[in-house]
Amino acid sequence: MTDVRIDETRTSERAPRIGESAPRPDGIPKVDGSFTFSSDLWHDRMLWGGTLRSPHPSARIRSIDIGPAVAVTGVHAVLTAADVPGNPAYGLEHADQPVLAADVVRYEGEPVAIVAADHPEAVRLALEAIVVDYESTVPLVDPGAAESSDPIHPDGNLIRRIHLRHGDQDVVGEVVVEGTYEVGMQDQAFLGPESGLAVPAEDGGVDLFIATQWLHVDRDQVAACLGLAPELVRLTLAGVGGAFGAREDLSLHAHLCLLALHTRRPVKMVYSREESFHGHVHRHPARMWYRHHADRAGNLLRVEARLLLDGGAYASSSGAVIANATCFAAGPYRIPSADIEGVVVRTNNPPCGAMRGFGAVQTCIGHEAQMDRLAAALDMDPVELRMRNVLASGDRLLTGQVITGTAPVAEVLRTCADHPSAAALSEDPMSLPGGAGRTADPEHVHRGEAIALGFKNLLFSEGFDDFSSALCRLEDGIATITCACAEVGQGFVTLAQQITREVLGVDDVVLTPASTATVGSAGSTSASRQTWMSGGAVQAACEEVRTTLLTRVAAEHGVDPDELVMADGRVMSLAGALDIDLASVTTEPVEADVEFHHAPTSPLDEYGQGDAHVSFAFSAHRAIVDVDRDLGLVKVVELTTSQDVGRVLNPLQAVGQLEGGAAQGVGLAVMEEVQVLDGRIRNASFTDYLVPTALDMPPVEIAALIEEPEPGAPFGAKGIGEPPSISSTAAVVAAIRAATDLELAHVPVRPTDIALAGA
Amino acid sequence: MEAMSVTFARTVDDACAALAEHPGALLLAGGTDLMVGVNRGQVRFADVVVLDRVDELRGWRREGDEIVLGAGLTYAEMGRGELPALVPALAQASRTVGSPQIRNAGTLGGNVATSSPAGDTLPVLAALDATIDLRSAQGARRLAIGEFVTGVKQNALEPGELIEAVRVPVLDGPQEFLKVGTRNAMVISVVSLALVVDRSGRNVRVGLGSVSPVPLRPADAEAHIAGCIDWDTGSAPDAAAVHRFAALVAGAARPIDDHRGTAAYRSHAVGVLARRALLRAFPGGAS
Ligand SMILES: Cc1cc2nc3c(=O)[nH]c(=O)nc-3n(C[C@H](O)[C@H](O)[C@H](O)COP(=O)(O)OP(=O)(O)OC[C@H]3O[C@@H](n4cnc5c(N)ncnc54)[C@H](O)[C@@H]3O)c2cc1C
Repeated sequence: MTDVRIDETRTSERAPRIGESAPRPDGIPKVDGSFTFSSDLWHDRMLWGGTLRSPHPSARIRSIDIGPAVAVTGVHAVLTAADVPGNPAYGLEHADQPVLAADVVRYEGEPVAIVAADHPEAVRLALEAIVVDYESTVPLVDPGAAESSDPIHPDGNLIRRIHLRHGDQDVVGEVVVEGTYEVGMQDQAFLGPESGLAVPAEDGGVDLFIATQWLHVDRDQVAACLGLAPELVRLTLAGVGGAFGAREDLSLHAHLCLLALHTRRPVKMVYSREESFHGHVHRHPARMWYRHHADRAGNLLRVEARLLLDGGAYASSSGAVIANATCFAAGPYRIPSADIEGVVVRTNNPPCGAMRGFGAVQTCIGHEAQMDRLAAALDMDPVELRMRNVLASGDRLLTGQVITGTAPVAEVLRTCADHPSAAALSEDPMSLPGGAGRTADPEHVHRGEAIALGFKNLLFSEGFDDFSSALCRLEDGIATITCACAEVGQGFVTLAQQITREVLGVDDVVLTPASTATVGSAGSTSASRQTWMSGGAVQAACEEVRTTLLTRVAAEHGVDPDELVMADGRVMSLAGALDIDLASVTTEPVEADVEFHHAPTSPLDEYGQGDAHVSFAFSAHRAIVDVDRDLGLVKVVELTTSQDVGRVLNPLQAVGQLEGGAAQGVGLAVMEEVQVLDGRIRNASFTDYLVPTALDMPPVEIAALIEEPEPGAPFGAKGIGEPPSISSTAAVVAAIRAATDLELAHVPVRPTDIALAGA
Repeated sequence: MEAMSVTFARTVDDACAALAEHPGALLLAGGTDLMVGVNRGQVRFADVVVLDRVDELRGWRREGDEIVLGAGLTYAEMGRGELPALVPALAQASRTVGSPQIRNAGTLGGNVATSSPAGDTLPVLAALDATIDLRSAQGARRLAIGEFVTGVKQNALEPGELIEAVRVPVLDGPQEFLKVGTRNAMVISVVSLALVVDRSGRNVRVGLGSVSPVPLRPADAEAHIAGCIDWDTGSAPDAAAVHRFAALVAGAARPIDDHRGTAAYRSHAVGVLARRALLRAFPGGAS
């Protein structure tokens, strides 16, 4: 046993059911400071851990001398690659990333050694005392040169190439438009940096308390690196301060466990903000070329595209990201012919991987710019051009897959476009471009408006069986749910309770801490999948408990189980003869343990064809921006959105997802870029990696939440987390184009791109 | 490890005595610069003298045509009460700094002592020809702001010395502070400009931020525009005069390329700010 406590989530008032707003139990504690984040974990006997990182984007390690560090007072362990007992490397798709670099470093900030000491100051001194003899080598920083350069990794510089070809390849349109676009590297910029606490256990294993997105896959990777059986590595979710994809890969997990097992003491580690920028993957920077073909009436005939993503030094989830970028490259439109090549390569830049929107964000910027270009070439209204081509249920994607679920794309676009705008030009200088800097007067402001449409897949694709598991136990009228779903802010803790109440008619629901020790995998909290997958698992577990209980009660009372219902903490017969307190029939617990799987998918073939995806979600954003062209400063004045949601389960949280996702989209449009020069991050701090403030983020107007229940999804609800980040950026950038008449190929749009465009 | 000493000074004399007793001690005011350095491991120290309990440093007073601003004045304090009417550009600059939390903690003295090219009060102080009152156990001295700031994060502060106050004139004429950042609030300046009009002195004075190692005064631009204004009527300069003023300001800038902006953008933007500030100060002029 350990002294570390992770609280369960509990509610008992007459609490919200499906479709009602359920406030988050962690909401107020997060605002008033009482929430326990992973960085707040504490153990009386704990040591502090720290990481020595490579100062070079590319170097050979000639030698490492840990002697001077070991000699520092208070130091308990200094470990290098030689101390990793199991797999020397890990990775989500390929185990290509060293736990600790052995003889080469491939990106700036790559971990080289780790230290445990009795005080953070001793950790700092020890890290400074480690002597690493590097032979710096020329870094490969141009993704365009990666394939023709010497391999920087035994696995080669090409991570994945998909060459999708669909339909008649000889089609040429009457109207053809071409464009090149570039997207910078975005950071997830979660507020709670990487942190965790590892506690060595009596049985030779280790307990790791950690903020993460997928406990079980972390466990499997960590156990492999430690050379331990997976059961000996137990992960429990600690308070997560945001994730957005940045916690899908391992960061300090294996390091903490190595130090704890080595010292036989609990070890805690917390990254600094700067370290965090080096310690997790980012959104892939993209270079994209597009050519769209249409007839004079505006029917899309063919899309050609070349997509190049920079994966950075290690593969992470790059293979799945490029699959998404390729499959969704042309947007939610009906297009009979396509030639899309998606390539993701390895470089000595910071590793890139999962981030909200996962490949579809970059391409939405490309395809929507193309749609606007095409509308201009056809002299057609951009909304009408899109309306003419939108996908609908029954249509075929570029992968050849027919959409069998819902696809209310026309409704999404129409409701967003038709929503009235409230945006007047403000007289308040704070509300003009430049904001608090007082740079603009109203006469310097040019307004632009534009709309963008986007989509992506829900759940994992290409044959992946990302199931979820849940346990339900009903005892003394109280339901207890156990599921390893990582709550990273998406709202599973409220949803799991709402679903349980809905199915079992109870108010008292306890959600136990998410852990690998108590239940099977829930899959990742990513791909907008947890409401569907873990929500589905909870629903199925509760339904099984209900069936078992009602069958038993029916037998005891000699009635038909179909006659019985559970509501308001009672079991009742529809006819009204039977009305029993639930607690009295559950003194002996009723339990269910289920695994929930989605419909199977298949891999993409060599032409990028196949039924690779489960389901799709669509969104539209309309942006109104004010631009100070002389200074290149932008104020996003209004953002209106419609989204295909299947069904709203918790209105309050749905709005939260739409607002938060759009804020990240606004950030990418106008300010968020990890600037990498010669393989080095120049702005690894919140002083210089800017995210939107209240003066940068306009209110989000929700024009419509389109509720067409999705077959196969619990209660018909689609995942809603990612679409808000997809079409928002494209809409804002398009609105800036409209305000400036500039092409603006680079996203985020920088002040100089506007102010010095003519220079 | 040696013991660390922390002195909570109550008077300026206390603080000077503590500095004399602990050479190398660091002064801590709002901590909004210092603690960032400490957290990053860039600033290490054994002794600290804490200034925020020194009442003498916390207020401001008028002495004839001068305002004496205590080094401990916070940005929030410089933005309220009568100060904004007396030294408008300083209040405007204060509002552009950081977030409410930073403005409640960060001080004028800390901004001056940090002497960053991006320090937002510095262009204002340069334009106002401010003087800096320094004190140590040995005595007091007064330096012009241009003498005080000597380079990027470098200044004339001697060991054992602290900033007691900043003196600025009360001028007859409009004042403007404008700051460009890549975000609409809470952002380090990419370029900034303060413009103050002194009707009785018949001049327009300009301070530029983030375009050179020290806050810059574009002397040619100032001389040019002073000559283009009819000081008796206060009429606005004509379009050509405004244009030339902006060009001279832009030409005076000595910016660098960095991750916050390019030199070319900074030179361009500072010219735009010059033009806008001038037209706000002399409305009705050429636009
Ligand atoms: C989030 C954030 C945003 C910020 N935004 C801005 C911004 O927009 N614009 C801007 O200009 N700055 C900004 N800053 C920097 C900082 O807030 C200012 O420079 C502030 O004025 C520093 O004052 P302080 O009282 O906090 O100084 P401290 O941090 O306490 O001290 C800073 C330095 O000054 C010295 N010092 C302090 N007082 C005295 C004195 N009386 N005599 C001699 N030396 C002294 C200290 O020893 C130290 O070297 C920001 C900082 C943060 C953390």
